[in-house]
Formats: sequence, C-alpha cells, structure tokens
Amino acid sequence: MIVVDSLSKHYGPHVAVDSLSFTVQPGVVTGFLGPNGSGKSTTMRVIMGLDRPTSGTATVNGRSLADHRAPLHEVGALLEARAIHPGRSAYDHLSAMAATTGVPDRRVREVLDLVGLSSVAKKRAGSFSLGMGQRLGIAGALLADPDTIILDEPVNGLDPEGILWIRHLLKGLADDGRTVFVSSHLISEMGLMAEHLIVIGRGRLIRDMTVDELRQVGRDGRVDVTTPYPADLTRVLLGQGVSIQSTDDAYTLTVTGLLAAEIGDRAVAQGIPLHALVPREASLEEAFMSLTHDSVEYQPAAAA
Amino acid sequence: MATAILDRTAPNDRTAPIDRPVESSPGTSGRLDSTGLAVTFPRVIRSEWVKFRSLRSNWLTLLATVLGIVGIGALASAAFTPDPGDADAFSNPVTVGLSGNLLAQIVIGIVGVLAITSEFTNGMIRSTFASVPKRLPVLGAKALVIAGVTFAVALPTMFGAFLLGQALIGEGNASLTDDGVLRVVIGSAGYLTAVALLGLGLGTILRQAASAIGVIFVMLLLAPQLLGFLLPASAQETFLRYLPSNAGDAFMTVDPAANLLSPVMGAVVLAGWVVGVLGIAAVLLQRRDA
Repeated sequence: MIVVDSLSKHYGPHVAVDSLSFTVQPGVVTGFLGPNGSGKSTTMRVIMGLDRPTSGTATVNGRSLADHRAPLHEVGALLEARAIHPGRSAYDHLSAMAATTGVPDRRVREVLDLVGLSSVAKKRAGSFSLGMGQRLGIAGALLADPDTIILDEPVNGLDPEGILWIRHLLKGLADDGRTVFVSSHLISEMGLMAEHLIVIGRGRLIRDMTVDELRQVGRDGRVDVTTPYPADLTRVLLGQGVSIQSTDDAYTLTVTGLLAAEIGDRAVAQGIPLHALVPREASLEEAFMSLTHDSVEYQPAAAA
Repeated sequence: MATAILDRTAPNDRTAPIDRPVESSPGTSGRLDSTGLAVTFPRVIRSEWVKFRSLRSNWLTLLATVLGIVGIGALASAAFTPDPGDADAFSNPVTVGLSGNLLAQIVIGIVGVLAITSEFTNGMIRSTFASVPKRLPVLGAKALVIAGVTFAVALPTMFGAFLLGQALIGEGNASLTDDGVLRVVIGSAGYLTAVALLGLGLGTILRQAASAIGVIFVMLLLAPQLLGFLLPASAQETFLRYLPSNAGDAFMTVDPAANLLSPVMGAVVLAGWVVGVLGIAAVLLQRRDA
C-alpha cells in the first residue's frame, strides 16, 4: 500500500506537486493519470525516495523506503526506460541490483525469462531498442518479488504485443494481492489497464475514482434514437428543454434533454416503433479532458 | 478483426530479436523466498564490484595505465644517464623509472570520476538508490572497490616499472634496499589510489564527467604552476606544499626538496584532501535529489 499525505514538492519557484494526498490500495491496478508536466513522475520519484519532498510524506507499507530492510523487496520501480549503462549487459545490470539485497542469481535468470530477454541477456544494453530497455526496466522492478510495483509510463516504446503483455502482467500482479501503481498520460490505455484512477493536474489531486466512474463523467446526456417515423417521434418528444438534431442517417435522431427510458416510454405510448435507442458516451479522452482542462500545465496562450 | 493484431499467437513479431515473454504472471510461478533479503554493506560492496568488473572499458583503461607506467618509465630510463651532481628530482633514477605516473594519475582520476558520473548520466543512479535508499553505503562501497582495484593494480605495476627502469639505467641505478626507495615505490601506488578517490569524490559533487575531469586536471597538473604565478613568493612557500600533487611528491621522491613537506606529513595532507572531498561528496549525495 502506498500512502501519499499532503505532499508538496517545489523546484525553486516552480510547484511540481501541491498538497497531494491519496492512497494506492493492493489488489487492483491503480492508474496515475494527468497531462504531461502534471507532477506524476515527481510524485513517483518522491515515493521512491529519490527526490526529497518540500513538505508532507510518502510511505510504502507504512514506512519511507529508506527505513525498510530490503527496499527492493518492498517496491520495484521502473521510472525511466534504459536507465542502464550502455556498456553493461542486461544480466550484469540486474545482477548488480540483486547483489545489494541478497537476491539469488537464479532469480535474475527468472525475471529475464519472464520479460523475454534471456537470449540477449549477455549483450551490451547499449544495443537494446526502447522496447527492450523497457522490458529490462520491468525485469528490474520485479527482481526482488516486491509487494508494490511502480511503473512510470511503462507502455512507451512497446509494440502492440508488448502492451498486451504488460496489461496481463499487471493484472496478474494485482490479482496476487500486490499494489500496482502505473502512470500514463494516455487515458485510453488506462481504461484498459487500470480499475482505479488517481487523476492529477498541476500537481493537485483532481479525482480519486474508479475507471467506471470516469466513464459516467463521460455521459453527456445525449441519446441516439432510430425509428422509421422520425417526424412523428420528433413531434412526440419536443418540449421544454429538449432539443433534437437529425443525423446523416435520415432515420436516426440525436436527442438532448431526455433520458433514454423517457424516450422509449413516450414512443410506446404513441405506438411509434423504435429500432435503436442508444445513450451516447463521450470517449474516455473527452471525459478526461473535461476533468483536467483547467489544469493543463502548458496550454496554448489564448488570443488576447 | 482488430483483435487479430493483438492476438498473441499471431506471428506478427517474427523479426524481433527478443524472446516471447513468458505467459504466466510472476505470482503464479512461485514467490521468491524473502528470508535473508536485506541490504547490508558487504552486499553493496559486492554490487559495486559487479558494476565495476562488468564494464570492459574499466579493464581496458587499467591495462592502458599499466602499459603507460611501465612503458614511459622504460623509455625515460633507457634515455637516462645518472648525474649525481644534479639535484633536480628528475635526475634521480627512482623518479625517472616511475615517471609514467605523471600521465597515469590523470587516467586513474578519470576512472574514479566515471564510476559515479556515468550513473548520473544514464540514470542508473535511480536504480542504485532505489535498491539502497540510504545512499551513503553506495559511496562507501564505490570508494572501497575503486581504491582496492587501483591499489591492487598499481602496486605490482610500480614494482615492475621500477625494476625494469633500473635494469635499463644500469650503472648508477637505485636498488629497492636503498634508503627511501621502497617508500617511493609503494607510495606511488598509494598516490594513484588517492587520486582515484579524489576523482570519485569530485564526480559525486559535480555529477558531470567533463567538469570533474577538468577539476582533476587543474588540481593535479596546473594548480602548482598557476598558483606559482599568482601568489607572492612568501605565500607560495607556505601554501603550495599543501596541494595534493606536492603532498604526493613529498613521499614520492627519495630526497624531498626543501620546499616540500616531510614524507609522513605529505601522506597525511593527501589523505586529508581525500577525506575532505569525499566528505563533501557524502553530504551532497544525501541532500540532493537524484
């Protein structure tokens, strides 16, 4: 479990994280979502003890990382791809990390197998592609079999197969009862990967919600309705606060101001057949934009 | 049909030079036995040793250092004719035999610098500190590994360079049993070890290889001359002897010149430089964001 409490981090006059509090629970994949520059990486670095908070705390399983006997066994992290000496082999890189905590060499081979890098384990990491570097970083995160896994933008540079693999992997880790915390600026990816979301903007918490709740945000009250008698239906539905637009398809109307149920009931009462009745959902992207549009760090300057 | 692209069984990645990742999650493949997992200082030393030995460039650099010390010493010795009347240090057969040190100190200093700056440059430092968040053991372990390797390589090299050099000088040469000679030969290996540690400390403080190497270069080679121009003669007498290179010369010459410290004081002052620089490095390493 990760607990971030009133965390602030300033870099000179720049406020990267601003009184941020949230808890990441074990057993589900939690997405950490926000526009670029919103403070996701900074927060993760503070959790990992790499950056000192200006105020507030970040703890993993009740303690700051430095207070654990075997930090690598508490938290495994991938904070940036290819954070490795280009002249060192994947095996030696992991072996050096493993040595600090007494993780056996057998485990190094195990995680190399797990991420699919066994056949290139002895090659210089400088020759690795971004995707391979990403896999090596994930191997490092899983090295000491940690209860908590923190991954910063893990799907960057991965091919579709790799992305699918990560989804399965994270799901499996969460199902084991581990705490899995994954950042991304891509909401669509989060929708597929995570169940819970911490949404931040300009270093502040915007929402702590489930992915399903975000989908609700996306509902904008429009309903698409298809009928062979659009003129009749329009007459039945029109009223105060209701607007109806025709669409490219002559038999489909877009209705605003009525619930799908109300539309169906009125149509039945008048004997008008309906062929389709579909509440429209905005995409997750649109839902996300509506949550964060006030807190984008670098918005294009508005025309004066 | 869109799912076909994502189908794991589809042979869509045949040319990728990597294996197919294992299907199961690590949890289902059995968890690691966590008894005995803990960070200890000996383990951090082992980790730093793995890091050092796994870079071929480190070994090539050390090989070049050995060849440089022996080769330059041999060339200088072969061209040298002893003249007992000349009081200059470079007229001493011991100094001539070990003259490769002048260059070797810069190379060894760079090895020390790169041991830490390379981690800051490529981001490895974050993996390192994630494994050892207390950080200080990392600097301590790096210092021990760098110092150990440097001394282990430098000591036999100094003896080799000395013996080969004296053999080439022939008549008028020095012997290991002569007064102060053993101190100079062993002290030269100690000096290189101190320079490696200065490099590690400066690399930790400055975080960038270029600036740290620049400082090493100025500190060891240019400072004595530069300060010689800048300081009044009276101050030169007082201060110049405390520079790391001059402190080293105090125990790396058989007959230290009058303006140098005594051999023992020279060793103490040089050790003071190392402790001071590594101390500042330790404080900054603890305080700064990684």
